[in-house]
Amino acid sequence: MSSRRERLAEDEGYRVWKGGYRPYDIVKEACIALAVVAVLTVLLTILFSSPDEKPSTVASWAHTDPVDFVTTATTELDGSSGTGGYGPPYNHGSDGQHILFLRPQKWMGVKIPIDTAKDFVLAPLRSIPGQPALQTAVSDYENASAKQQGDWTAAYEKGLGNARADADGSITVPAGNYGPLTTMMPALLSFAQSGGLDGVLLTSKQFYQTDYTKPLLLLADGSLLSDRAQAEHLLGEQWGMMNETGSYPGQVWLWLYTFWYQIKPFSTSANADILVMAVMGALSLVLILVPFIPGVRDIPRWVPIYKLIWRRHYTSG
Amino acid sequence: MSATETDERSWTAGLRRRAVTALPPEKLLPDQQPSYVASWIYVFGVLSLSALVVIITSGSILALKGPAWWHLTGIGHFFNSVHLWSVEIFFFVMVIHLWGKYWMAAWRGGRARVWITGAVTFLVAIPCALTGYVSQQNFDAQWISTQAKDAMNAVGIGAFFNLLDFGQMYSWHVLLLPAAVVGIVIAHVLLVRKHGVVPPFKLPDASPTEDVSP
Repeated sequence: MSSRRERLAEDEGYRVWKGGYRPYDIVKEACIALAVVAVLTVLLTILFSSPDEKPSTVASWAHTDPVDFVTTATTELDGSSGTGGYGPPYNHGSDGQHILFLRPQKWMGVKIPIDTAKDFVLAPLRSIPGQPALQTAVSDYENASAKQQGDWTAAYEKGLGNARADADGSITVPAGNYGPLTTMMPALLSFAQSGGLDGVLLTSKQFYQTDYTKPLLLLADGSLLSDRAQAEHLLGEQWGMMNETGSYPGQVWLWLYTFWYQIKPFSTSANADILVMAVMGALSLVLILVPFIPGVRDIPRWVPIYKLIWRRHYTSG
Repeated sequence: MSATETDERSWTAGLRRRAVTALPPEKLLPDQQPSYVASWIYVFGVLSLSALVVIITSGSILALKGPAWWHLTGIGHFFNSVHLWSVEIFFFVMVIHLWGKYWMAAWRGGRARVWITGAVTFLVAIPCALTGYVSQQNFDAQWISTQAKDAMNAVGIGAFFNLLDFGQMYSWHVLLLPAAVVGIVIAHVLLVRKHGVVPPFKLPDASPTEDVSP
């Protein structure tokens, strides 16, 4: 008899139990278990509650760090921000991540189109009423050549490196050849501080709105979220999003996902996300198919933990 | 036409016959169990189910009152905390249950589908929890969604599983993924009831009385 046939024969022997039985009350067990879990949950709730840190807004960001806000907005204008160069599904700023010839990000295409200059800067500025000088400045920028636009934004970004925040919430940028940006960016800052930009970024063709893609991408391009995250031990190198604000356990079940980001080659790869997802996809498949994978399915037989689990059975003879 | 002939042609009677054959009442709600089921490791299955009941109950209360309620009231925050901790307990006991079943090689004797449905439950519960975290409407939701979006976008699903779209994530969290988890769990439990708890390994030197015979 081959080992495969022996294994199948033994496996067949485990199909039905012909030994002894003992009384069992499944309903009583379920009720007791439910009561135990409910009491434990309420106890943990009373002792530890749950975290609820207020969300950041574009307005709060523009107030607390106006230089960073304007710097980020300028990179949105020239397309050099994180979102501007992101690629699908937002734009064609890059092809996105890949493994060998597999480029699912590129293949799926731009499904949530975002033009950072138009959506984050120019359209919001166009929505501000009663400021003809501002509208003229926006027109000047839009009508300028790409090279001229690039010269203005590059000079302004350089100037922002030495800018300072003033007590009234505005910023002072060293003098330079910034063209219409001298008018546009302070106006955008003022608009953001008033809460107007939060509203405009959520505006769509319909009255009701639940999609926060634009404001979240703009916020994520700046340093406000990452500064808060660092203070709350949530950065990638701090095991990232599996943690939660405060001292709460967070999504500990994501530890294996997060683990890969801490080691090479994942930690230094530009394609880390797709590599980690591929590894986790493969491991998930292994988990599902354990019963059919030689070696993996045999470990429980080789490591006799089962003798502990069923020790009463084995000792009862 | 006799009643028996009608029964044989009836889809309803056929379905009932198959259901009762696969899961007779004494298997579905047993009042006895094999003598070897005598270890603390066995309670983690029913604890996982109990935690799921608390999750669904607290989540339903939160859903009834709407996504902003828990930020504004003490009682809302209480139920949010119950929801959070029941999720933590659910994953904790489910992982122990999973490991326990691994070391028992619980797929033996034609029980592969029992293992598969259990493993898939664990894997589907992960995005179910993730969509909950990004639906919180607080800083955690902002940070987790902006970080996790890159993995979704990298594999090409970001356009229709957009973590930054609160409305979409809320729908996934309160309906689609919980329905998937509950559906798979029901299938898992019915398969356990149908096949029974896996018997112990036969020891190499086991006497015939200790053996498990078909």
